Amino acid sequence: MSLRLVLRGREPRWLAPVLVIVAVVIVFLLTAGPIRGAGANPQAAYQRYVLTPLTGTASVTEVVLAAIPILFTGLAVAVAFRSGYWNIGAEGQFLAGAIGATVVGLYLRDLPGPVAIPLALLAGAAAGVVWSLLPALLRVRFGIDEVVTTLLLNPVALLLVQGLLNGPWRGSNGFPVSDELGPGYRMPAVIPGSRVHWGVVIAAVLAIAIWIVMSRSATGLRLRAVGLSPAAARFSGIAVRRTLLRSALVSGAIAGLGGADQVLGVGHKLSQEVSSSYGYTGIVVATLGALTAGGVVLVALLLGDITVGAQNASLVLQLPPQMGEIVSSLLMLAVVSVLVLRRYKISWRRVAARSPGAAPSPGGSR
Amino acid sequence: MSEPPAPGSSAPSAVSNGGTGSAPVPLVRLRGIEKSFGDLRVSDGVDLDLMPGEVHALLGENGAGKTTLMRILYGLTSPDGGTIEIDGAPAAIGSPADAIAAVIGMVTQHFSLVGRMTVTENLLLSRAGLGRLDRRAGRAMVADAADRLGVRVDPDATVEKLSVGEQQRVEILKALARDCRVLILDEPTAVLVPQDVEVLFDSIRRLTGQGMGVLFISHKLGEVSRISHRVSVLRRGRIIDTVPTAGASPAQLAEMMVGRPTVGVRRADRAAPQDAGPLAAVTDADAEQAAGLVDQRAAGQPSVAAQPGAVTGAAGPGRAGAVLSIRGLRLGGRGKDVLAGIDLTVQAGEIVGLAGVSGNGQTELVQVLCGLERPTSGTVAVNGVDVTGADPERVIAAGLGRITEDRHACVVGKLSVAQNLVLEDLPRFRRGLLLDRKAIRAHAERLIEQFSIKAKPDDPIGTLSGGNMQKVLLARTLARDPVALVASQPTRGLDVGATEFVHTELLARRAAGAGVLLVSEDLEELLALADRIVVIYEGALVGEMPADEADPERLGLLMAGQIGAAA
Repeated sequence: MSLRLVLRGREPRWLAPVLVIVAVVIVFLLTAGPIRGAGANPQAAYQRYVLTPLTGTASVTEVVLAAIPILFTGLAVAVAFRSGYWNIGAEGQFLAGAIGATVVGLYLRDLPGPVAIPLALLAGAAAGVVWSLLPALLRVRFGIDEVVTTLLLNPVALLLVQGLLNGPWRGSNGFPVSDELGPGYRMPAVIPGSRVHWGVVIAAVLAIAIWIVMSRSATGLRLRAVGLSPAAARFSGIAVRRTLLRSALVSGAIAGLGGADQVLGVGHKLSQEVSSSYGYTGIVVATLGALTAGGVVLVALLLGDITVGAQNASLVLQLPPQMGEIVSSLLMLAVVSVLVLRRYKISWRRVAARSPGAAPSPGGSR
Repeated sequence: MSEPPAPGSSAPSAVSNGGTGSAPVPLVRLRGIEKSFGDLRVSDGVDLDLMPGEVHALLGENGAGKTTLMRILYGLTSPDGGTIEIDGAPAAIGSPADAIAAVIGMVTQHFSLVGRMTVTENLLLSRAGLGRLDRRAGRAMVADAADRLGVRVDPDATVEKLSVGEQQRVEILKALARDCRVLILDEPTAVLVPQDVEVLFDSIRRLTGQGMGVLFISHKLGEVSRISHRVSVLRRGRIIDTVPTAGASPAQLAEMMVGRPTVGVRRADRAAPQDAGPLAAVTDADAEQAAGLVDQRAAGQPSVAAQPGAVTGAAGPGRAGAVLSIRGLRLGGRGKDVLAGIDLTVQAGEIVGLAGVSGNGQTELVQVLCGLERPTSGTVAVNGVDVTGADPERVIAAGLGRITEDRHACVVGKLSVAQNLVLEDLPRFRRGLLLDRKAIRAHAERLIEQFSIKAKPDDPIGTLSGGNMQKVLLARTLARDPVALVASQPTRGLDVGATEFVHTELLARRAAGAGVLLVSEDLEELLALADRIVVIYEGALVGEMPADEADPERLGLLMAGQIGAAA
């Protein structure tokens, strides 16, 4: 017997949701052993990972809080990928955005909130654009692969953050963490008393805007055409390089906005840990979300859910905190692998004895 | 070459041991071959026999399943069901190696030759084991195979320096050197000039005379009538019928092929009067006008708009003068110019045919005209507007319609038919900041009806058949009512129905006063549609003649570079 993937003619509507459930079951089976090995009941652990965070108002706000940065980076990556610009540099652009917001917040300390916050966000977005400009220009002008250039600028951004924190921005207490930004730079909470800040509203508006532009506007259609088939787009009179450049810069701006938002909304100061790989997670979020704004929102919330659940599980069940990452990573892998079946179906068939490949015997009856 | 091809004549005299009822064991016997790709059945219980000494033609529209069937026989595709017998014994063919062992050889349109190697080396490649190569034996092998084929081949010639026809001969030699007794030729004449076709046909007759069986795949009726003993017509994966060629008229075969009576679309009175029947259903008013024009001409009745002989100057209503002028167009390539100073003017209301063997600069010329490539020097003007080196947006705006040979490079496969239809014209479909989706849908529905496209507006265009995709491209281009039209290989790979449709549309544009530059490797198409034919060879125009005075022989010589522009 051999297993082969056969192209599907048409994808049934029920398929994608069913496949996601299958993926969850697979992950459950794969991780049940390790979880038991770590001394916990797998079923209880799963409840902690996925369901518990959604049961209380306080923990739901934590989920949202955890989702905000990856919402920004996920949207940033989705916009770039849609146009066929493989921006792997959301991490660096996010950090650049954090630096941008900190510059404003440290040197214009006394601005009032209504001015300070938009200004800092703008500075963050601008910094993200600056950080994405060089790879974008290299790609558009000279055809230099942006995967390499954007990726390589990520550690550069981190080194810049570290350099600033160990140099001019070293905190007054001597640690490599900047001083607090001015009081006007504190992003207010959406619900008074919770930690969820207005960044979530910005991200939501952004997601809706991206959805509308992508699906309803000429710009979105051009961008998708460029991403799907640059040759055909060019033939149709679309300025391919200009479109690529714009989507690259918009992507950088969104990632930078996310970095600025994180500084204003969570830390109120710049630290090396301002991004815990949010830019890279954004790639996963965008890809799993099928590069659509709605998909990005769903995946970002799911990842936020598991992140919060993992903290909970490690507290209550004494599971190692890494187990949460194992579960979420496996879930990603499983979903990606299983979703292949949207386009292919599996067929089992007999192999002819003498042919080396998977080819069946033409003489064999069906 | 010596034998004058008599059109419509009976098939070549049947070889002694083939063709008749009391035939010996067939060389190849396919029974109930089935193959599906996803939901698409490409082979639906196909039965096929090939006798020794027989040329068995496999005739069918594009997508009928001819190539898949041959790929199954050659072990490149595995069937879902059915049996293959060679010499009466069941054979399991799971790979080309199995096929070669079972004495089957195949020559496809895309040769598998190593260009930098000599003919001998290419032949040795396929049978080289470990150890030293015996070149002398290799040369003997080439000579031996060439002798069987009845052609002269220099065993030490480098393959890339040979002409396409010669390269094809080397491919056949390769198959012969492996002692094949069954030869599959997949659209062998598609790449050949007329003279090479004659050589090929002579060779085929020679091989069948030696008892070989040849499976000849084609969708060209004329060739099939001339070379084959029997014809199997394939439609939608099924064999409609297998008939002796001698008793079948081209019209009958064509009807079997497409499942309905067809006629050719002709510019002028070349077809017999009875051939001018109802054309494909076209609702477009322009097309009807053209159809009327064709009917009148076909019936041999003089009409004001279409006096034979006055075609070149006969401008349609509304427009006049040069709509596309190309002056001294050059495009540098590696070493030598790909386009070496082209001067060409297309008048309003005429179709200029550009003939040539592929690879002589047609592709590049079209690329330059479409705004995809910048010429090194020279100018291009559309309707008096200079568009030299302009990007596609400006070229389209100047009024040039474009149909290129590579359909897939012109559509975004994953976008819908409706979206592809408006891609060149987005500003027109804006309402405020967003796209007017209703208008886009209405536009698509209108064009789908007008061009009889078998698709829904929301279907991804990549799922359409070649013919329907081409209709979408035509619709997109013609919807803007272009002043000039560049159409490169507009019917390549299309079935008879779609080809006819495209031809009708081109004639309709001509009647409406547009100028058309028709680039084609299909001489019949050029002779049928064009008012004037120019020939391109190695990047230069080497001949020009009114289509009425053109004959395939002379065009073939021009295309092959045998006679220069002065002749």
